[in-house]
Amino acid sequence: MRIELEARGQPSVLMTWLSPVIAILLTLLFGVLMFVLMGQDPINALYIYFVQPLTSAYQIQELIVIATPLILIGIGLSICFLSNNWNIGAEGQFVMGGVAGSWVALTFHGVDGWWILPLMMVAGIIGGLLWALIPAFFKARYNTNEILTSLMLTYVALQFLDYLARGPFRDPDGFNFPESKIFSPSATMPLLSDGGRMHLGAIFAVVAAIVIAIMLWRTIKGFEVKISGEAPRAARFAGFNEKSMIYFSFLLSGSLAGLAGISEVAGPIGQVLPVISPGYGFTAIIVAFLGRLNPIGVIFAGLLLALTYIGGENAQIMLQIPDDATSVFQGILLFLILACDTLVRYKVKITGFSSRQTTGGEG
Amino acid sequence: MSANGNSEAKTPPTKGNPSLLEARDITKAFGDLYANDHVSLSIMPGEIHALLGENGAGKSTLVKMMYGVLNPTSGQLFWEGEPVDIASPAHARALGIGMVFQHFSLFEALTVAENISLALPGDRSVADIASEVAEVSASYGLPLEPDRAVHTLSVGERQRIEIVRCLLQHPRLLVMDEPTSVLTPQEADKLFLTLERLSGEGVAILYISHRLEEVKRLCSAATILRMGKNVGDCDPRNETPASLARMMVGEEIEEIKASDRAIGPVRFQVENLTRKADDIFGVDLNDISLAVHSGQILGIAGIAGNGQDELFALLSGEQKAPKSALIEIDQQTVTGLDINERRNLGAAFVPEERMGHGAVPHLILSENTLLSTHAIGIHVSSGLVDRKKTGAYSTKVVERFDVRIPRPDPVAGNLSGGNLQKFMVGREISLNPGVLIVNQPTWGVDAGAAATIRQAIIDLASNGSAVIIISQDLDEIFEICDSVSVISDGTLSPPVPIDKTDYEGIGLLMGGMGKSETGKGGDSHAH
Repeated sequence: MRIELEARGQPSVLMTWLSPVIAILLTLLFGVLMFVLMGQDPINALYIYFVQPLTSAYQIQELIVIATPLILIGIGLSICFLSNNWNIGAEGQFVMGGVAGSWVALTFHGVDGWWILPLMMVAGIIGGLLWALIPAFFKARYNTNEILTSLMLTYVALQFLDYLARGPFRDPDGFNFPESKIFSPSATMPLLSDGGRMHLGAIFAVVAAIVIAIMLWRTIKGFEVKISGEAPRAARFAGFNEKSMIYFSFLLSGSLAGLAGISEVAGPIGQVLPVISPGYGFTAIIVAFLGRLNPIGVIFAGLLLALTYIGGENAQIMLQIPDDATSVFQGILLFLILACDTLVRYKVKITGFSSRQTTGGEG
Repeated sequence: MSANGNSEAKTPPTKGNPSLLEARDITKAFGDLYANDHVSLSIMPGEIHALLGENGAGKSTLVKMMYGVLNPTSGQLFWEGEPVDIASPAHARALGIGMVFQHFSLFEALTVAENISLALPGDRSVADIASEVAEVSASYGLPLEPDRAVHTLSVGERQRIEIVRCLLQHPRLLVMDEPTSVLTPQEADKLFLTLERLSGEGVAILYISHRLEEVKRLCSAATILRMGKNVGDCDPRNETPASLARMMVGEEIEEIKASDRAIGPVRFQVENLTRKADDIFGVDLNDISLAVHSGQILGIAGIAGNGQDELFALLSGEQKAPKSALIEIDQQTVTGLDINERRNLGAAFVPEERMGHGAVPHLILSENTLLSTHAIGIHVSSGLVDRKKTGAYSTKVVERFDVRIPRPDPVAGNLSGGNLQKFMVGREISLNPGVLIVNQPTWGVDAGAAATIRQAIIDLASNGSAVIIISQDLDEIFEICDSVSVISDGTLSPPVPIDKTDYEGIGLLMGGMGKSETGKGGDSHAH
């Protein structure tokens, strides 16, 4: 028996959407295997991971709280990846957005004004944008590998935040804890409901998804994004400038990551801490691919990945499964999504020992 | 090889012997598509057998099965009368089948002998191979210096490497895929002598071509494929090119109608265009000047890799031209303008490569129109794409240029080469450009599509446009151009009116102004 891949004439639309579903099912299968090896009842464990978080209104709100940054970052990364710009440093751009916005919040601490929160958002966007500008500039100007530069700058940003939380941003009345003052109410994200932490950022995420989807599917800029990645020579034939696309995609994704960063700090966290993200910038890479690099798809993917965070916490509490299991799930999922994407452009054919015995007339 | 080796090939074919290679009822399906549908053919020892067919007729598929690259879906191959399943190219070579591909896979930075040693089984020393290469190349009239680096060689010389590589393995059947498409007429003549000599020694040759004149001259048997089916066997010596073409195409090709064109003012002009190549395997352009008038079609002939792509990129504006040059569209200087600014002045361009350059394979046709129309403001307003207009435009192109599509608005990758080429040329011509520059207008395109494209180009010129076609196909140049220049090693010869020259004259210019052939690469890279 032999397994052959046969190129499809037309990429399968069905498989474009089915392949992430297959990847998710296979991930669950691996989850069963993993839980069995850990001596857990797999059904119970999967229930706690993936179903229980959906059974209470509070937890569903938490799901949206976590999905918010994932979606905002994932949308920007989709534009990067579609145009062949490999921004791996969204985590750093997220942090720098949080830093810049927090600076505004702390500068005007105690001041009352409707303009403080919008100013923080703008600062957050600029912070993420400037941090993304660095790898974009080096790629456009010196052809530097953006994967390395953007990734390394993430660690710079993380250390910078750590320094700020322990130094300049530290609350002088905070008993030397490495954290800032709690942001004043006019520097805090409005909540969308009582009794939960769901905040304005969720609206940002949905609006961003719709705006970017329209950009991608209706405007010439979206066309440019798509062909820059898929056919760089055709993009040159169309007169599109490769360098301006590098800047566009990096600055867009940096802005969205920065907005996500300040929304997180001004929202669920409410102050500057040495660590403000459990790796949202990296998880968003999975979100972007699971969502088919499609802004609307990213919304669903963001919710699903958020589920793994909450399910992971629940499992840690109820089953004493280490938190690392969440990362394992996310890693397996990314791996399988990329593998299943083969199905979009290829058909799997199982043939006999000698391929000449089979007839090729299947549909 | 004169005395040693090749002993099998010298065995005289006994009368009544089975054929050397026979394909019986071969079918190869890719999904729903039957690339070969019950194809049979048989090749006798020492025979030069033509395999004819348009692009997409299934020639390559059939040959790949003979060479063990593909497995037939059904049917059987016979080698000297015995059924054989050719499992791999190595197996094919062991049987005695050698293949010279249309596109060579050579390492540019290595020498001739090093390249050959990589392709041979076993671990013989390069020096050993070099001396054998020298011997074989001398005895078969295939001049080749074993120690030269490949990147200094002309395309014709590179092809000789592939042929010599095959000969070192003493093949009994040599398969040649479109061998003359990269040669000057003079180089082709030399190749025919070598092939006739091999045939005299009993080596069978399967000769794939769509150039009917040379098939008629060289081959003693022919198998003709059309849409995957075997539509006839014949002796090409008893046929005319026209009758062979009818069998290949299955219908009469519409004759191109020449037009009496009024030659008007200069619409496109280039002066002193000199540019160093970006990388060492590119071609430097030296002081190129040309002018095309309204109503005129200028042909730029030349063998691939002599600077055509570099020239096209500079003429179109994909590549910025140096300030020392002057490029004008309708007396307006465009030297510093990019491709879209030139489009806005009424120029249009068709690149050679269809997939990924002139069209994006995974986008639908209506989106593909945007590549060249987005900047001239007919399909995009304030950044928004008007899908009704792109759809209507691509439908118009599809209808006017008879583009055969499998479903409404398919992705470009779904079209056959000829149909996609019709679409690309049609997309540009439908804009009624004042200046049209086309790189290889009918490369790899079937005869019917080629006729449509050529007629459209002529009609455009008749309406007062200036046209440049860069083409390797001399038949095409003589069919539609008013004048012709030759590009060789980055230098453009002065234009000659088409009725003042012939294949011979153009061929000499293509080979580098009559410079000695083997010296050509070396000379040009020495200074």
